[in-house]
Amino acid sequence: MEPMQLQVNGRVHALAAAPQARLLDVLRDELGLKGTRFGCGANACGACHVLLGDRSVAACDTPLWAAQGDAVTTVEGLPPRLREAFLAEQAAQCGYCSSGILVSAEALLRATPQPSEAQVRQALDGHLCRCGAHNRIVRAVLRAAAA
Amino acid sequence: MTPAVEWGADGRVQVRTGKVELGQGLHTALAQIVADAMGVPLSQVDLLPVDTDHSPDQGVTSGSLSVQDAGAALREACAAVRPRPGPRREVGRSVPAQDLRAKLAGEPAFIHDWAPTGAMPGLDGDPQGAQESALLHGRVLHPPPSATLQAFDEAAVRSCPGVLQVLRSGSLMGVVAQSSAQADAALAALGAAVRWHGAPLPPEEAADLPSLPATPRVVLERHAPVDEARTLQARYTKPWIAHASIAPSCALALWAADRLQVWTHSQGIFNLRRDLALAWALDPAAVRVQHVPGAGCYGHNGADDVAFDAAWLARAVPGSPVRVLWSRADELTQSPQGPAMRVALQAGLDSGGRITRWQHEVWSPGHSRRPGRSATPALLGAWQVDPPQAAPASIDMPLSVGGGAERNAVPGYDFAAVAVRCHSVRTQRRSSALRALGAFANVFAAESFIDEIAHATGVCPLDLRRRHLQHDPRALAVLDAAAALAGWPPRLRPGATGPGRDDGIGHGLAFARYKNTGAWCAVVAQVEAGAKLRVRRLWLAIDVGLAVNPGGVVNQIEGGAIQAASWTLKEAAAAQMEGWADYPILRFSEVPAVDVVVLPSEEPSLGAGEAALGPTAAAIANALFDALGVRVRDLPLTPERIVAAMDTPE
Repeated sequence: MEPMQLQVNGRVHALAAAPQARLLDVLRDELGLKGTRFGCGANACGACHVLLGDRSVAACDTPLWAAQGDAVTTVEGLPPRLREAFLAEQAAQCGYCSSGILVSAEALLRATPQPSEAQVRQALDGHLCRCGAHNRIVRAVLRAAAA
Repeated sequence: MTPAVEWGADGRVQVRTGKVELGQGLHTALAQIVADAMGVPLSQVDLLPVDTDHSPDQGVTSGSLSVQDAGAALREACAAVRPRPGPRREVGRSVPAQDLRAKLAGEPAFIHDWAPTGAMPGLDGDPQGAQESALLHGRVLHPPPSATLQAFDEAAVRSCPGVLQVLRSGSLMGVVAQSSAQADAALAALGAAVRWHGAPLPPEEAADLPSLPATPRVVLERHAPVDEARTLQARYTKPWIAHASIAPSCALALWAADRLQVWTHSQGIFNLRRDLALAWALDPAAVRVQHVPGAGCYGHNGADDVAFDAAWLARAVPGSPVRVLWSRADELTQSPQGPAMRVALQAGLDSGGRITRWQHEVWSPGHSRRPGRSATPALLGAWQVDPPQAAPASIDMPLSVGGGAERNAVPGYDFAAVAVRCHSVRTQRRSSALRALGAFANVFAAESFIDEIAHATGVCPLDLRRRHLQHDPRALAVLDAAAALAGWPPRLRPGATGPGRDDGIGHGLAFARYKNTGAWCAVVAQVEAGAKLRVRRLWLAIDVGLAVNPGGVVNQIEGGAIQAASWTLKEAAAAQMEGWADYPILRFSEVPAVDVVVLPSEEPSLGAGEAALGPTAAAIANALFDALGVRVRDLPLTPERIVAAMDTPE
């Protein structure tokens, strides 16, 4: 069988994984990119989101074959502006939900460079945060947009 | 014992604390304390990993006690190394949480990402994953609550790719596989190959508690001759609540030469070590437990249980470390839950409207079933293997160390006669400590009741509280600060004459001093009661004494208020749940704006993590009453409950 190829954070990888492997497992276990976190395995919490092209998707619910045609960007490959804004706002407590949220925020800012607060909340509504950092996160995304 | 604070060869300060970082910012605050006590910049302080081989045993990181207790211990340890402390430079200054940059960069910051290297007793981790190939992956299938294993087709699981071990003992089953994905697939095969035996748990909801077996106890009886012209009473409930951390619990274990090494996100590594030793009849010295950060921890969750699971599976593959990850369903169903509670209140008022008598009666399962405190392990798997060990009872710690069900049941107000009773209810559902313990329900109930009394006697809820808090200036100060922040009284608008105006907007106030010995917190809530109840805004004032890291305190209070809003509006845990669809929590579009003011103080530092929970719930319920003129006394405040309350004559 031909190895599957996948472009992640600007590099093309030849993979041993099967086409139906979860993108999440490929990223974490084959490529060692641990920044994409496991939360529920059912596309219900947002913790494992990555960019496929410009779209934010749950890597736990994306088979490898479905990711092949697109450039994959994980939290490790994001430009620093959102991260710096999150640090400036201290927009986390435990930080476990942060990776997926940073990814969806990046997708939002690519589509809507100057979002309203309501648009930020809408874009992040599929992401669960249990520590209650929501408002800081919204402020951080707006800060990044203004930077 | 190694000293808690030492100079490193490079002039850096090395700190050993037994208290762990749970996402609450504790290690940042402790580093600030040490920096000043040693007279060095914050950047030169290193908090070492918390480890039973090297760290002091400081019990469990819980109860909002860590800054005050561990902070004081570190100040003492610093004094032994550097007799004169430096000037205050770091304490009292908002500094960023030190672990955040790595987490936001997507580094392997969590136990889920982590693998040990080398042979025991290697302290070094391998965050880059270079040694991942040596790591094996385990999954455990726990029986549903109250069920036992009837039959299972082992061959169906053994034939799954990558499976190295299929284990069964009693009703506990598990697999060890070469990769995480293979372990997941084998677990799914295990679930399909098993038949359970047993009836589901009986209903043990808040309303059922008075009919369940219970042991009553008197918490406080203070008799006084009182003038009682009027008597009011009401009862309130809260449901079972799940921890619902964003990551499922995870642990790693390694057996070598009859020694056990465990990596865990437990709140109490020494307690866990003791129970792991009990489970396998080992000398505790043969067990080493190290803390590795997990996702946000709000109490006694599945962290200790999954550590047992990892040790149980790793025992079948000596010499190989095994990482075990729970499923989302396990996280919601198998973790202990914060117990349902029922609170009945009665107040006597004199002819001048002063509250002269107060009676608080609470029904609750125990709030503590933590490891390290019983003759048998408080670890789920240990009760399910063959031979099973007895599950310890869920208890309440004595009030002198914070209590459980009775936490904040004793009023902080100046009432002449007070009676507080607690019915310790035995349930089959597994209860243990969840953020604020009994204080959440007790403060929700008491502060709702104060609001009811204020409305029944035609007094402003702020004035009624102030009248009975004249002995406690710090309580008055947070009440006044929250009121000022929120622009209280918010009702002074044209045409506004009382609760139940047309616009559906309402405001409510609540207050508590956490545990009666901790931080003072007052909350004003603004709600909009439409098709469903929406919390628009929360204003909080908090007095934690000297705030070591004021920005961190604001983050904790804000987070506590939002979590409390989620509990109050949405949350009720069933005995068995599969995923987030069974347990919705507050989302970005539903989260209220939150304003926090931290009162300046030079008094001793107090914890901030749990102070906001109870007052926030009551402020929301009181605001709902202000909006619609209906009192909902059962949490959560769902549309169905609100409609039912509107249909029920008072």
